[in-house]
Amino acid sequence: MILFDRVSKIYASQTRPALDAVSLEIEKGEFIFLVGPSGSGKSTFLRLVLREERPTSGQVWVAGKELSKLSNWKIPGLRRQIGTVFQDFRLLPNKTVAENVAFALEVIGKPKSHIKRVVPEVLEVVGLEGKELRRPDELSGGEQQRVAIARAFVNRPMILIADEPTGNLDPGTSADIMKLLDRINQLGTTVVMSTHDSNIVDQMRRRVIELDGGHLVRDQSRGVYGYAQ
Amino acid sequence: MRATFVASEVSSGLRRNLTMTLAVIITVAVSLGLFGASLLVRAQVTTMKDFWYDKVEVSIFLCSKGSDTPSCSGEAVTQAQRDQIKSDLESLRPLVQEIFYESKADAFKRFQEQFKNSPIADNVTEGALPESFRVKLSDPTSYEVVASAFAGRPGIEQVNDQRQILDKFFRLLGGLQLIALLIALSMLVVTVLLIVNTMRVAAFSRRRETGIMRLVGASNFYIQLPFLLEAAFSAGVGALLAIVGLIITKAVVIDQILAPSFQFTSFVGWDAVFAIAPIMFVTGILLAGLAAFFTLRKYLRV
Repeated sequence: MILFDRVSKIYASQTRPALDAVSLEIEKGEFIFLVGPSGSGKSTFLRLVLREERPTSGQVWVAGKELSKLSNWKIPGLRRQIGTVFQDFRLLPNKTVAENVAFALEVIGKPKSHIKRVVPEVLEVVGLEGKELRRPDELSGGEQQRVAIARAFVNRPMILIADEPTGNLDPGTSADIMKLLDRINQLGTTVVMSTHDSNIVDQMRRRVIELDGGHLVRDQSRGVYGYAQ
Repeated sequence: MRATFVASEVSSGLRRNLTMTLAVIITVAVSLGLFGASLLVRAQVTTMKDFWYDKVEVSIFLCSKGSDTPSCSGEAVTQAQRDQIKSDLESLRPLVQEIFYESKADAFKRFQEQFKNSPIADNVTEGALPESFRVKLSDPTSYEVVASAFAGRPGIEQVNDQRQILDKFFRLLGGLQLIALLIALSMLVVTVLLIVNTMRVAAFSRRRETGIMRLVGASNFYIQLPFLLEAAFSAGVGALLAIVGLIITKAVVIDQILAPSFQFTSFVGWDAVFAIAPIMFVTGILLAGLAAFFTLRKYLRV
């Protein structure tokens, strides 16, 4: 599903590479934790998958396509297969919950009948039925993140990228969000989640990829957050 | 679906940025109005040239008794000289199209007619006006041929080309048109800069939406279309205002005020207005569209 082949990324303003010859493969249906300190290259990794950045060298393959060979007008097609969730939710404050989710479908030109059908479905999946007409500022942080997950998942993407999705949430709410992401994973979507939350990683016992200073320092199935002492 | 979504994006964008929208509409209207006015002046000069060049003549004034021009030596033109001039003019056909002879009596009659209500008419006697040949040329620009053949000949006091007087006037109008065009062009530059800035502000104030659109895989076209339509809409409204201004200028200023006061010449017709209006509209939309397109390419990148 995602394949990095000796991928390096050096930003124009820096001399030290943000990613240094990283090679790894993520299979379809996997659940991946991406861990490492700030500045270790997690965000760069995710941006490369989304083709927001191009690698300086090496190849990035997503859903069977080599991204540096992907022409600009095909990038939207790639992103329609990838859902994204962020620490800061990124909802539109002047739209209701249902409108926020529908927006993702409207802007890729889906017909109204399709939107009317799938938006309530996905809101039920994330547990927000009955809150369709609320606005983001009337919701708790956890609920807002559910809206963001609904928006990312409404198009049934093959890959869900979550960049510290629990970073702004308390432990109890985080656990609920993790249950939701786990459920989405079980529905067949590959989930790649970057996080600093050791409790979550230790509890879930999924594959852990650790980056440090741009190097891949650990790739462990059923791993924990830190090295076992 | 797509159409209603884009339309609602456009209208909310325009309302959110109301002051900038108004500024764009007004500058587009003013700059395109000036642009249209300068085109109208040019059409007017062309109309007047067609009208007047058809009527201008070369006048060959003959000597009267007492003329102090050297070629007259104080004597009136003789019949022999008069006949010679006439036959020489005939030999210049086909450049010379028509030849009228105007006697002192004819000149006096015409003078009385032209200055009917003026006291000058009472002070002028028949003898004071020169007799003349009025020559119409097939090509008014070849005046020099006639002038060099006749100026300074015995019996001829002066050769006059009416076209030269007109040309001074046309040069003045041409200069005015050029000034109007330069002002219009600098205003159009201002308009483009304003649209660039407006688009930048609009792109910035909606960066949240456009960021989400990019992430969920909206095409560039879909992301940029509302912005482009907003720019085109503002420019279109401005252009329509400018066209209304042009129509008012034609209907009121030209037809009601200028035409009755200056009956000796013709003015541009509605055909010129109908020719200029689409040019103004297309110029406005294209300028705004291109300015917006190149700004957005920079600020709304994939």
